[in-house]
Amino acid sequence: MLEIKNLHVKLEEEDKAILKGVDLVVKAGEVHAIMGPNGSGKSTLSYVLAGREGYEVTEGEASLDGAALLEMEPEERAAAGLFLAFQYPVEIPGVGNMTFLRTAVNAQRKARGEEELSAGDFLKLVREKAKQLKIDAEMLKRPVNVGFSGGEKKRNEILQMAMLEPKMCILDETDSGLDVDAMKLVADGVNALRDAGRAFLVITHYQRLLDHIKPDVVHIMAEGRIIRSGGPELALEVENNGYADLLAAEGMGAK
Amino acid sequence: MALPKAKEDALAARLAVLDLPRGGFTKAARVAAMARLQAMGMPGRRDEYWRYTNPALLSDPHPQPATALRVERPIFTGLDKLRVIFTDGVFDAEASDDLTLAGIEISLLSQADAQDIHWAGAVYGTLEEAGQTPVARPLAALNTAAAREGLLIRVTGKAPKPLHISYRASSDTSDVMLHHCVKVEPGAELVLLETGSAGARANVVMEVDVGQSGRLHHIRPQGRAHGRQMATHLFARIASEALFKSFTLTMNGVMTRNEAVIELNGAESVAHIAGAAVGDGDFHHDDTVFVTHAAPGCESRQVFKKVLKNGATGVFQGKILVKQAAQQTDGYQISQSLLLDGDSQFLAKPELEIYADDVKCSHGSTSGAIDETALFYLQSRGVPKRAAQSLLVLAFLAEAIGEIEDERIAEDIRARLEDWLHRHES
Repeated sequence: MLEIKNLHVKLEEEDKAILKGVDLVVKAGEVHAIMGPNGSGKSTLSYVLAGREGYEVTEGEASLDGAALLEMEPEERAAAGLFLAFQYPVEIPGVGNMTFLRTAVNAQRKARGEEELSAGDFLKLVREKAKQLKIDAEMLKRPVNVGFSGGEKKRNEILQMAMLEPKMCILDETDSGLDVDAMKLVADGVNALRDAGRAFLVITHYQRLLDHIKPDVVHIMAEGRIIRSGGPELALEVENNGYADLLAAEGMGAK
Repeated sequence: MALPKAKEDALAARLAVLDLPRGGFTKAARVAAMARLQAMGMPGRRDEYWRYTNPALLSDPHPQPATALRVERPIFTGLDKLRVIFTDGVFDAEASDDLTLAGIEISLLSQADAQDIHWAGAVYGTLEEAGQTPVARPLAALNTAAAREGLLIRVTGKAPKPLHISYRASSDTSDVMLHHCVKVEPGAELVLLETGSAGARANVVMEVDVGQSGRLHHIRPQGRAHGRQMATHLFARIASEALFKSFTLTMNGVMTRNEAVIELNGAESVAHIAGAAVGDGDFHHDDTVFVTHAAPGCESRQVFKKVLKNGATGVFQGKILVKQAAQQTDGYQISQSLLLDGDSQFLAKPELEIYADDVKCSHGSTSGAIDETALFYLQSRGVPKRAAQSLLVLAFLAEAIGEIEDERIAEDIRARLEDWLHRHES
C-alpha cells in the first residue's frame, strides 16, 4: 500500500537534512509503529507524506498503491486515501465542526467521482460514528477544535478518520496528552477501523499505545533513518531499556 | 472662524452644480444645514477625520464616471418583503410595490416636502445636526440641504415583513443624493433592507429614531459595481430598552465611506454596528463609527471585518464615547483585516473615551494573513486549496455576519460572499 524508498528531506528554509534515506513498506491490512527519540524525524515523515509545505524532498520517492504521492497536492493525497491524524489538531474558529466534516467528506467523494452525501445521510452517518467515540452533539456544533480539550481534539481526529474511511492512516503521536481512558477510547476507534484493506502507521513515543493498538511491525527511527525493524517485542525492548542500546549499536547517541 | 480659501472654493464649486430645493416641512432644516456647511466647508485631505481616506471622489463637483452593472443579481429573493425601488436616485413607481404595509407609514420625501407639517419634521436634519459634534461631517450636512428624495418611514407596529429599499443604477454618471428618515415608535419593530448601487456616485443619509423598546434591524449589502463611489451616513438615536442592529456588506467599489453615528440615550438600550467588506483591486472601504453611551446600562458592539487583496485598502475609525451618566456600560469593538497579499493595507484607529467609572469596554484590532496551518489541515482532509481558502475567509467574516439575527438573511449574505469569493479566486 505505502512504499517509501530512500527518502531524503530537508527544510526548505535552511540547509538542514531531517530525513536521510527512509525505506518503508506497509502492506494492506498491516499496522506499523514508528518509535524513536525526539528529533528523529518521525513527525517530519508524516508531514512530508501528507504534503505540508516547508519541506524539500531531495532524493527518493513515496507511493500509495503505486501512485506517486510526493507529486500530489495535499487534497489529492487525501482523495487517494491518505489520512494524517495530527499531533496538534488545528483550531479553526468560525468553521463549524459539522460543516468541516461535511465539506471534507463531499470534497473527497467529488474528487473520486462519487455522488455527494445528502444532508440527511451525512447527519445519520456522523451521529453514528460520533456516538462510538463518545463525541456529543455539542462538540459537533462547535467550531473545529476550538475550546476542545486535548482528548476531545484527538477523538475528533479519529472521527474524521472514521468519516473519511481512508486506506492509509498515519497517526502522529495520537497518544500524546491523553489519559488512560481517553487513550483507550481513541484506540478502540482505531481498532474498529482495522480491516484487510486498510493500513496504519502509528507514530508514538511510548509503548503504552501499542498495548491497545497491536502493531504487526515496529520500526525504530533515529537521525532521519529507520535503524531497526522488528515485531512487537521491539517496542517492549525500548520501553524497558530506552533507545540508548539501539542507538549505540548504530554508533549513534551518547558520545 | 473663516474657512480656508481652498475649502471655501471647493464648497462653492460643489454647490454651483446643485439645484437646491427650497423645501416645505424641511425648509428650516435645509437652511440650517446650509449654514453648518458654510461654516465647515467640504472635507479636505488635511482633516484629521479624513486622514486615511481621500475625500475628493466624494466631494468633487462631479462624480467619476462608473460603469453601472447591467445586471446586479437580486438578493433576498426568497423573502416576502415590500420593495421600494430607486433608479439613479429617482423613485420608480412602476417597479416598486404599493407603499402600504400594516404597522408602517411610508411616504416619499419628494412628495411630502410640499407640505408644511410632517412627523418627519422632528427628525429631518435633527439627528444629522446632533451628529456634527464633536466631529464635522460636511457630506451629511450637504445631503440635508440638497437631497430631494428619500423615504420617510414611520413604524407604528410590528411590521409583518421587511421593507426593502432597492437601489439601481442605469447611468454611468448619475450623482445621487437620498435622505431617509426612520422613526420607530415605542414598541414597534421593523426589518429594513437596503441594497445595491444607487448611482455612479451616491450620498445617502439615514436618520433613525428608535423609540422606547422599539427594534430596528438594518441590513445593507451595497452594490458591487467596481467604479461606484458611495458616502453613507447613518445617524441613530436609541431610546430606553430599544434595539438597533445594522449590518453592512461592502464588495469592491472604488470608494466607499460608511459613517455610523449612534447615540444610546435611553437606559438599557442596545446598538450593534457590523460590517463585512471584501475588496480585490484598487478599492477603498472606510468604516467610520462613533458610538456614544449617554445613558446607564447600555450595550454596544462594533464588529468590522475586511478581506483585502490586490491593492485594496480598508479603513476603520471607530470610537466609543462613554459619558459620565452611562454607568454599567458594556461596550465592545473589534476591527480585523485579512490581507490576502502584500499589496493590500488596513488602517485602523480604534478610540475609547470614558468618563464613567463602572464600565466594561473592550476593543481590539488586528491584521493578518490566512492561517497556513489551518489551510493545510483542511487540504489534508481533502478540501481543495481554493475551497479551503474560501472557507477560511468566510470563517474570518463569521463574527460580523453573526450580527444578523434573521438566519435567512444571513444565509443570503453568505451566499453573496461565496459568489464573490468564487469570482475572485486566484
